[in-house]
Amino acid sequence: MNTPTQPPVIELNNVTKRYKDTKAVDGVTLRIDGGRIYGLLGRNGAGKTTLMSILTAQDPETSGDVKVFGQHPYENDAVLSRMCFIRESQKYPEDFSPAQAFKSAALFFRNWDQDFADRLAEEFALPLKRRIKKLSRGQLSAVGVIIGLAARAELTFFDEPYLGLDAVARQIFYDRLVEDYSLHPRTIILSSHLIDEVANLLEHVLLIDNGRIILDDDAENIRGSAATVTGEDSKVTDFTAGLPILHRERLGSLTSVTIEARLGTADRARAAELGLEIAPVSLQQLVVRKTMAAPAGGAGVDPRTATDPSELEVAP
Amino acid sequence: MLDDSRPIFLQIAELIEGDIVAGALAEEAQAPSTNEFAAFYRINPATAAKGINKLVDEGILYKKRGIGMFVATGARTRLLERRREEFFHDFVQPLTREARRLGISVDALTDMINRSNSDPVLTERSAGR
Repeated sequence: MNTPTQPPVIELNNVTKRYKDTKAVDGVTLRIDGGRIYGLLGRNGAGKTTLMSILTAQDPETSGDVKVFGQHPYENDAVLSRMCFIRESQKYPEDFSPAQAFKSAALFFRNWDQDFADRLAEEFALPLKRRIKKLSRGQLSAVGVIIGLAARAELTFFDEPYLGLDAVARQIFYDRLVEDYSLHPRTIILSSHLIDEVANLLEHVLLIDNGRIILDDDAENIRGSAATVTGEDSKVTDFTAGLPILHRERLGSLTSVTIEARLGTADRARAAELGLEIAPVSLQQLVVRKTMAAPAGGAGVDPRTATDPSELEVAP
Repeated sequence: MLDDSRPIFLQIAELIEGDIVAGALAEEAQAPSTNEFAAFYRINPATAAKGINKLVDEGILYKKRGIGMFVATGARTRLLERRREEFFHDFVQPLTREARRLGISVDALTDMINRSNSDPVLTERSAGR
């Protein structure tokens, strides 16, 4: 945990990243105190990977002020040695085996836990001696997940780490993440499209859309911040008058309206009197509603002109 | 289990309260730890801790340094009192509201309650909740 005298783990001030005519990150100001599991959510091309690439000095910002552990991360070993970035399509030397990849990781990450890595490899049924280029997509993702967990870096980024991992393997990842984080609290930034799966693991949510942060709040505050009201059209319209509306749907004489408002006991009683049904809105539904209106670079396609194929985001 | 309508820490607190009311967690028994809750419900440990701390603040649980959380003596009685106060709002009001909507008179409703009470199977089931 951070004491007040320590700088925040991440501090961004008006940070922009421009690729030709597009702003992949657009004037982001952000402060991450750390010691939590953060969710970095948003559509493909919204700027998630670009933001993480800036923070890990893989791709420097065009303008603005970036501080990680109080310093600019670019070519800064003091900062880089304290963090771990697991990308969606992480590249490893092709003739390496997972065992060799772990050996290199052990040299780089000072908190590396080899026993933990071995246990994870067994759970993921990862063939440790097989060469990287012979591994399946899921096994390759397992290598990344194992490195990200066993590194126990002070700041760990998981950018869609589970391409090719099945539901069971993803559950192993979530379970070990919660367990290990409980015992070794640190800062974890998890980017995922499988929001329903990770929602309860997150303590704080950052939602990025068109390069801008549009939601920065504790997960518990977001829970219950929106609701869907369903019932007779006129009554729903009456009940939701003056409230911010995220979405409206109609089925025959029934209307269903999603509002971004916290409903109290009195509101719920009134809705019940009117015969209206109130349903909760999950984090995933909220993210969909909040990011659907504005098109994010077409049909979920990354707008960047990626030169490295590993930078291409592939929808799961 | 957990739903999306309310903060998870409140739901965790209510799950523990429910166990205490039902007697599954006896007074002076040790409650599961924050990490056990986090692992079991697959939630953020900080959220689990917040739920447990709520009950500590209310004197339902107390902390034994270095050992864990325990159910306070008198916790069950206090929770029962609170639940009884909430009973009208949580159960009776929705019941009479639905009865009105269906055109069930107060007499007919009273009759149903009596019938439900005299049915040993139903009574057993409701007492277990």
